[in-house]
Amino acid sequence: MQCCICKEKPATVHLAQIVGEKMQKLDLCEDCAKAKGVNDPANFAVADLLLGLGASQELDPSASVTEVKCPRCGFSQADFKKSGRLGCPECYVTFAEGLAGLLKSMHKGTRHVGKTPEALRQSRENVDRLKVLQKRLAKAIETEDFETAATVRDEIKAMAAVPAKSR
Amino acid sequence: MKNLDSFLIPPAQAARQHGPNDCIVMSSRVRLARNLRDAAFPTWAKKPERVRILDTILPAVSTLPEMTDSFAEAMDNLTQIDKQILVERHLISREHAAKNIGSGLVLNRAETFCVMINEEDHLRMQALRPGFQIREAWQAIDQLDSLLERKLNYAFDNELGYLTACPTNLGTGIRVSAMLHLPGLVLAEQINPIIQSVNKLGLAVRGLYGEGTEALGNVFQVSNQMTLGESEGVIVERLEKVLAQIIEHEENARQKLLEEKAKVLFNCIGRAYGNLAFAHIISSKETMNQLSLLRLGIDLGLFPGTERALVDELFLITQPAHLQKQLSDKLSAEERDLARADMLRERLKAVPRPAVK
Repeated sequence: MQCCICKEKPATVHLAQIVGEKMQKLDLCEDCAKAKGVNDPANFAVADLLLGLGASQELDPSASVTEVKCPRCGFSQADFKKSGRLGCPECYVTFAEGLAGLLKSMHKGTRHVGKTPEALRQSRENVDRLKVLQKRLAKAIETEDFETAATVRDEIKAMAAVPAKSR
Repeated sequence: MKNLDSFLIPPAQAARQHGPNDCIVMSSRVRLARNLRDAAFPTWAKKPERVRILDTILPAVSTLPEMTDSFAEAMDNLTQIDKQILVERHLISREHAAKNIGSGLVLNRAETFCVMINEEDHLRMQALRPGFQIREAWQAIDQLDSLLERKLNYAFDNELGYLTACPTNLGTGIRVSAMLHLPGLVLAEQINPIIQSVNKLGLAVRGLYGEGTEALGNVFQVSNQMTLGESEGVIVERLEKVLAQIIEHEENARQKLLEEKAKVLFNCIGRAYGNLAFAHIISSKETMNQLSLLRLGIDLGLFPGTERALVDELFLITQPAHLQKQLSDKLSAEERDLARADMLRERLKAVPRPAVK
């Protein structure tokens, strides 16, 4: 069996992962496996490799790879290539890896700026604030400014005490 | 069911709606794309799911105070001609006109709001205004959307914003556009560099009926392309700036033509007048292109006493579906070319020849 990435060397690393009801398989040679960082199969998502746009182009579609499908609507990446449209809102999660590069080339940024539904605004602001606080905490610890670190930690605790509205 | 024909503003009246800079900016539009959280997008959803989505959204939209006494209908209840008339009025997209079961439309009395249901997204809501009023259109649709979000569960992600069927609309889901009449830039052969520089700013320039259509009658649509990573306000502001510049270029081009190429200009306008006033067979395409020059002539003061509204009305009623609605929907293309010429000769009888100084 040949490596499904370089298609030259024999495949010695075999990966199988079950996502939803589908099994995904990859057969790699040792060099390609190393290049893709497949050292710890437990920590490795086949989908990441399949859906990274660069990687998917290298993959031979006839290789023993079962396609990723959106668990919510059954939409596949091949469907996206055909139509340029996604199947359902959940597809943005299912195909997140592959879409990241596309969105970057298509838009001004990759993070939404602008209107947010009123009901979600609070939770969105909380998420943003939490990120800022966590960064400040890390920095404070790094510079050994423990006084600030303690204050920031308390702020984070206080925020966690208020249950954030679910998305 | 309401009759679309009697619901729509009569063409003569529609052509008399005025707005700022309307000699160049024919209309402004802001559209928002929204989807329900728990449903497949319309292009992927099966018929029963699309019908269920339509049955959820249509009542939610038509009961909004802004949509009182609106025209709310499923697409399969409209005839082919009715759908085509809505396209010619720029109320729905050509894509939406091709829809049937499971898609719908809600249009308010004043024709300032038109909501397409299950086009490419579950909701494509638009605010329309005559002339250069993109800010007003944005404020109007923002308000409508805020009312609707209380009734419907939108698909929204903290990182990616409003989720849309096509990743090109992701984020704000906004498309801000203006329809521009640019005969001066076309005659002065400056239109291509203008289009190129507008494209460089990340804006799209399209033809009369949007994506993939020709710029018939020297009418161009300018709109934003990117929707993620910038707020609606920033997008509206950029469009405003660019449109103001295009308006200035068009005005300058007209002035320059008058000063340096008056003969060429009068030749074009005079011939357009002659063709329209005396033709016995004329296609829809030729009509639009010649009416564009007549409109330019009116703007330049060559037809004192003739209103621009006459041209705008003719622009509408000489298009295929409008023509068939007035006469008979059984007209062949050849018969329409005869009927169109008859109509133009009749309506232009009262217009005296261009007054060239």
